[in-house]
This record gives sequence, C-alpha cells and structure tokens, in this order.
Amino acid sequence: MVPVILGLSFILFSIMELTPGDPARAMLGEYAPQEEVEQLREQMGLNDPFFVRYWRYVWNALHGDFGVSYRTNIPTVTEIKNRFPATLKIAFFAVLIAVILGIPVGIISAVKQYSAIDISSMVSALLFTSIPPFWLGLLMILLFSVKLHILPAVGSETWKHFIMPAIAMAAAQMATLVRMTRSTMLEVIRQDYIRTAKAKGAAPARVIFIHSLQNALLPVVTAVGISFSNLLGGALIIENVFGISGLGTLMVESVTGKDSPMLISSVLFAALVGGFVNLGVDLLYTFIDPRVKSQYLKRGAK
Amino acid sequence: MTEHSTQKTVQRKKVKKRSQLKALWFQYRKNRLAMFGLILMTLMLLTALGAGFLLDYDTQVIGQNIRARLQWPSAAHWFGTDQYGRDLFARIIWGSRISLFVGFFTVGIAMTVGSLIGAFAGYYGGRVDNVLMRIMDIFLAMPGTIMAVAIVGALGPGIINVLMAMSLCRIPQFARIVRSAIITIRGQEFVEAARCCGSKDLRIIFRHILPNAIGPIVVQATIGMATTILGVAGLSFIGLGIEAPLPEWGSMLSEAKSQMMYQPYLMFFPGVAIVLAVLALNLIGDGLRDALDPRMKT
Repeated sequence: MVPVILGLSFILFSIMELTPGDPARAMLGEYAPQEEVEQLREQMGLNDPFFVRYWRYVWNALHGDFGVSYRTNIPTVTEIKNRFPATLKIAFFAVLIAVILGIPVGIISAVKQYSAIDISSMVSALLFTSIPPFWLGLLMILLFSVKLHILPAVGSETWKHFIMPAIAMAAAQMATLVRMTRSTMLEVIRQDYIRTAKAKGAAPARVIFIHSLQNALLPVVTAVGISFSNLLGGALIIENVFGISGLGTLMVESVTGKDSPMLISSVLFAALVGGFVNLGVDLLYTFIDPRVKSQYLKRGAK
Repeated sequence: MTEHSTQKTVQRKKVKKRSQLKALWFQYRKNRLAMFGLILMTLMLLTALGAGFLLDYDTQVIGQNIRARLQWPSAAHWFGTDQYGRDLFARIIWGSRISLFVGFFTVGIAMTVGSLIGAFAGYYGGRVDNVLMRIMDIFLAMPGTIMAVAIVGALGPGIINVLMAMSLCRIPQFARIVRSAIITIRGQEFVEAARCCGSKDLRIIFRHILPNAIGPIVVQATIGMATTILGVAGLSFIGLGIEAPLPEWGSMLSEAKSQMMYQPYLMFFPGVAIVLAVLALNLIGDGLRDALDPRMKT
C-alpha cells in the first residue's frame, strides 16, 4: 500500500503540474503587482524544479504536514477532518442498505431459481445497475420532497437528510451484490457436497445457511469492500445533488478553484480509506475462510 | 507443395472462424434479454447516425427560441422545450451521438492500450509484469470518478479531455483481464509450437495469444462502455464534463435541476435516455459473457 500511495501522490502531483494558472497570482488577486507575485512564488517555493518540490511535499507529508489550501489557507488535513464525516455517514448507510437488502435477495433468488421472485429481482437488479445514481436522487427529491414533503431535499443537519443520498448510492451497489450473491450461491448449490448434505437428510435451511452460504459469501465479502471505495467516488456526484458538504464536494471545489494541495490531499485520503477497507477485507478473510486461515497457521508453524 | 498447404490452412481457418462466430450467435440468440439489448442498441446507433440527416444542429439542437421556452410535451415538441426554447427531443437524439461516440472511443483507446500492457505483462512475466501491474494498481487504488475529476480538473473540461480522462481510468481493467487470460494461455502447447517454429515474441502475442483472449476483452468492452456513459453523464452533471451548449445527457440533467419544481419533464427524459443506453449495453455484455462461456451461465 505504501508504494501505491507514493506512486499516486507522484501522479497527482504531475497532473496538477499541468494545470494552467499561477497559484500565487490567484492568491493575491488579478491586480497585484508582478513583483509581489514573484516574491510570493519565491516564498512558496514555486520556482524550484519539479522534483525538488515533489520531494519537499513528500518530506512534509511524512511529518504530517499535507500543505495548506490555496483558497482558504486552512491546513488541508483540518478541512478533510471537517468534511469527511458527512461522506462517511452516507457511504456507511449505503453499504448497510446494500448488504442488508442485497445479500438476502440474492440468496432467495438462487434458492428459488427461475421463480417469479427470482425473475423480478434479476430484472430490477439490471435496471438499478443502469440507472445513474444522481438521476435516481433527483427523482427521489421530486417525489419525497417536492410532491410528498416527507424528506428534506438539501443539507446534512439531521439523519433525515441522509436517507435519500444513501438510498441513491446504495441502489447500484445493491444490484451488484444481488447478482453476485445469486451467481455464487448457484455455483455452490450445484457442488457435490451440497448433494451429500441433502442426501444425508440435513434440513433445507441448514443446507442453505450452513453448508452453502459460508462458501458463497467469500467473493461477496470482497465485493462489499470494493463497493465501499466505489461509493467514495459516487459521493462526488451525489453530494452535489443533495447539497451536502462532504469530501466529494470538497474535491469538486478544489478542482474548480485550482486548489492543488487540497485536491491532492483529499484524493490521497480517499485512496487511503479505500486501501484500509480492502486491507480489512483481507484480514476478515483469514477469519471466515478456513483455507486461508490454515495457510497462515502452516506458515507460522514453519 | 508449400503453396498448396498454406492455401489449405487458410481455407480451413476461414471455415473454422465462421463456425465459431455462428456458434456464438446461436448461443446468444437464445437469450431473449440479450437480444432485446442488441435491438435497442442497434436502434440507438441508427438514430445517432441518422440524427445528422434529420436534424439541423445549429437551428434545432443549439439554436435558442425564447418564444417557445419551457413548453410541456405536446404534438409539436414531443418531450417539451427547455428554458432556452430548444426542443428536448432533438437534443436527446443528438445527445445519443455524443454519449455513444465518447463511450466508443474511450473504450477503444482503453482497450488497445490496456490489452497491450496486459499482454506484455502476462507474456513476459517477471520484472516487466511487476512494474507494469504495480503502475496499474496505482490507478486502481482510487475510484474512477475521482481519477477522472482530477484529470479533467488539470486539463479543463471539454469532450477530448473527458475522453482522455475516462480512457485512462479504464486502462487498468483491460490490462488486468488480458493479463490473467494470457497467463493461462501462455503455457499451452500451441504457443510452444509457434515458438519452436521460430516465431518472434511479438508475432506470438498478436497472432496466437491475443485472439484467444478476445472473449473476455469484448465482454469487458461492452460493460466498460456502459460504465463510461454513466461516468461521463455524472461528470457533465457536476459541470466537469462536456460543456453546456453541447446536448450531453448529463449536462442536460444539470440544467434541468434548477427547473425541477415546475418542469419535471426536463429532468425525466434525459435520464430515461441514459438508462436505456446503459441497460442495452449491460444486457449485451451479459449475453455475450453467457454465450462465450456457457458454464458461467447463471
């Protein structure tokens, strides 16, 4: 993960290098005299060669200093700390909804293959993967805020504000989980050991929940991890729809405001969060998959 | 003698190729949903191609007509008109050109570059593989949307920049798929045979290995096109994609957002257009995957 983050910071740093415009000029305003701009450039170290500046960035970052926003002069870390909770809440609720609804529906679909429930859940899963989340959000605002006046449309003050964004983001992830759970379940159900379990007279519920589900859920767990980092990306657009000031809107603001330190820090932060979630999933594997577990134990024994 | 035998192999190859395609079509045709997707996509492609003949871009698509602004759907304006009096139907039809064009070219670029990277990484293995795939990992470390926003932020909005940003985000996925396909093919006997015949590495990769990995590449391409269309619409929606006068579906939705209270139809139709295009591509992708690998059929 460390080399990935380092590489990512390098790529982002080079991308921001391509951005037209002079941050010193932007900070001082259009009418500031040229000498002052030059002085500030020298002060900020903008006149140093590219690699010197990159090295300085990495060095400072290793000491916990990720730079100061060009626009607000607030340290980027503080800004992220203020903005991230809103995004985390939406992403967390979205994953929760997707898991709580998606996995059971997938299991039912697999167990009752080709039934009316299966077909309708497959068709709706297909539809949900094709609906742009931001459009789903707009439609929900239209229905629940404009027509029915049940839920607030914009803002992030109360828990009610998070219902619609979470659902809008959850829909596509839920659809993926339904399809994935169903196909892995179907694969497992066809295995010989399931037939053996049935032949030995195990109750259907036991066959489904003990024998099949444990094996079928392994790839699904990975998918949940991936969907969490997808949600961080999706938040970028959904937060815009619902006027929530989270990490996503922060990124968009820093792009439009040419605020490169802010952008680099927030993107790195998102990648870091995604990386930790995937690391967590890998660790979880060692607990739920006996095969991986025994591998570790063997290696430890040697 | 040699001439005769090469002719024979050429002939045999042709027959084999056709029958493979036929078998694929036979499998694909059985899937009703996939056929629906194919028909839908064909219709959209035809309208996109025909839009240039049916509609005049300057007057009907971006030409403003203040007298006819904000009209609800009617016989004259099937989908109504927007705040500048532009016919929504004409704009959505023209928008299909942009979305399909961007989707097609993005995936085309990403597929070419990604397949090459994946092929070299998979074929040579070792250090080449390590370096190339670590670079791909860096790009995969963050969601595509964020990467695209960062790149568009640096290059500025506009159709070409969006195209570049989106293809950069798609490259790693192709590289991964092609690499894993090639690692399984690399060790097979026909590759060894080709090497024994004195074929160069490049020839082995392009003539013998890549054609065998075409299945997963095509499936990834269709589904990648669907996600690209969604992604571009999202970028345009937040104002970092394709810019205003161009009738892109996402930017039309962003314009419609302010009119949402009184003109909900402005928001409805572009969204339906996106859903239909993405749905059609997803159906085709699923159908192709099932047809190429009946074992995976769910």
